[in-house]
Amino acid sequence: MNFPDSLKYTKDHEWVKVEGDVAVIGITDFAQSELGDVVFVEIETEGETLDSEATFGTVEAVKTVSDLYMPVSGEIIEVNSGLEGNPENVNTDPYGSGWMIKVKMSDPSQVDALMDAAAYTEMVGA
Amino acid sequence: MFPEAMDVASASRISLPPKHTIMSGTENLKSTSLTQLHINLGAKMVPFAGYNMPVQYSNLKEEHMAVRNSVGMFDVSHMGEFKISGKGAQALLEWVTSNDVSKLVNLQAQYSCLPNESGGIVDDLIVYRWDENEFYAVVNASNIEKDWNWIVKQNEEKGFGAEMENLSDGMSLLAIQGPNALKTIQKLTDVNLSEIEFYHFNRGTVAGVEHVIISNTGYTGAGGFELYFANEDAEKMWNAIMEAGKEFGILPCGLGCRDTLRLEKGYCLYGNDINDETSPIEAGLGWITKFDHPFVNWEHHAKIKADKPSKKLIGFEMIDRGIPRQHYPIVDVNGNNIGEVTSGTQSPSLDKAIGMGYVTSDFAKTGSEIYVEIRGKALKAQVVKMPFL
Repeated sequence: MNFPDSLKYTKDHEWVKVEGDVAVIGITDFAQSELGDVVFVEIETEGETLDSEATFGTVEAVKTVSDLYMPVSGEIIEVNSGLEGNPENVNTDPYGSGWMIKVKMSDPSQVDALMDAAAYTEMVGA
Repeated sequence: MFPEAMDVASASRISLPPKHTIMSGTENLKSTSLTQLHINLGAKMVPFAGYNMPVQYSNLKEEHMAVRNSVGMFDVSHMGEFKISGKGAQALLEWVTSNDVSKLVNLQAQYSCLPNESGGIVDDLIVYRWDENEFYAVVNASNIEKDWNWIVKQNEEKGFGAEMENLSDGMSLLAIQGPNALKTIQKLTDVNLSEIEFYHFNRGTVAGVEHVIISNTGYTGAGGFELYFANEDAEKMWNAIMEAGKEFGILPCGLGCRDTLRLEKGYCLYGNDINDETSPIEAGLGWITKFDHPFVNWEHHAKIKADKPSKKLIGFEMIDRGIPRQHYPIVDVNGNNIGEVTSGTQSPSLDKAIGMGYVTSDFAKTGSEIYVEIRGKALKAQVVKMPFL
């Protein structure tokens, strides 16, 4: 299991990469492994401003479906259109081409409350 | 023959429990003789029907395609086996099962179901005939106790006098499935496997293990065999088959792809597509419901057949994008409820979202337009003929 030190993590298994006041968000290696083959990612919230913990989309795997939750509050300024044709990128490259949304954070200090890689690793027992 | 727990009825947060919780949750689960071997192989384990079972080893799609294109092996030792013997055995089985046991010849098997007294199904099963006084019933793991009690009760109440023995805890079952299953097992036995026809079986030595029941059956629609033998030989058998199948790229397969494989073939799963309340006639199981003999509650099902069932189990393909899951509502174009999804998945072979469900008979015709409600949206689907593949 790979949990890069440069990222922050939520208890719901999303990761956050901070680039200034923008947060790039996806799901972790652990989450993709537990979900299995991702069939599609449905995100219809582009342009919306959502609070942290709000649902921004769903991810459908062969055997299961899960909601995706905002790790931080802000406006969804971009959705990864590459996942439309290649949802399997979530499995093969969860921290790279498998990213899901970019959020312009309304309160960047929310990131401080998220877990670092060591805490997340501890939580999933990996 | 597999998981209610696998299909998630409604979207849930990615709140996967930490691994140590998963482990501590397995304490009260039963193991098969191969559970530790699965764990050592790195399989993802899940509780299923009270057993700690492998849901996948590496990748569901790869396991699925190995079975469709070459060969894969499943440990399905959680399934139940009853020996039913003696003079009353055939009469008992004729009474408790909907199919016609009297049509079986020695070394032949038959798919069937156990109707209950309230119009539904106790379980679906396979009946094996060794000879006129010795039969075996293979039942779903989740229903072993229920089936046993039910058949014992019928045996006593009706005075058939059959002898019954529950072999479930001592018996292992491996399903070797796929177009290269025969070639794989043939390397390990002198029994000529090509002489065992579909839904027939024999007994013989496989991989040095004696008295193995070799059955040309399966739940994948990919061809292959199921091997029944004593628990103590399970690891030896597993390892010998993995070795023999190496040249064909054999993969160990979990319950995850067992479900996608059976669904592509439109095979019913007890607990999903059939249950204590569904009639075999409604479920499209008329072909195993033979009214040439009396069986438990046969008049009820004969009447449903004569009157035409008001609802039917159908197969459908999604036209709009979405994956149907168990318990999602099925509606018509105006949003009126017309039924419910019983099974659904993304078909790895077809790369399409497919499902099964009950709809009112007006909508059961092939080509009918139906809608599946997925997270509040009515998404278009079309009734198609089964099997899907």
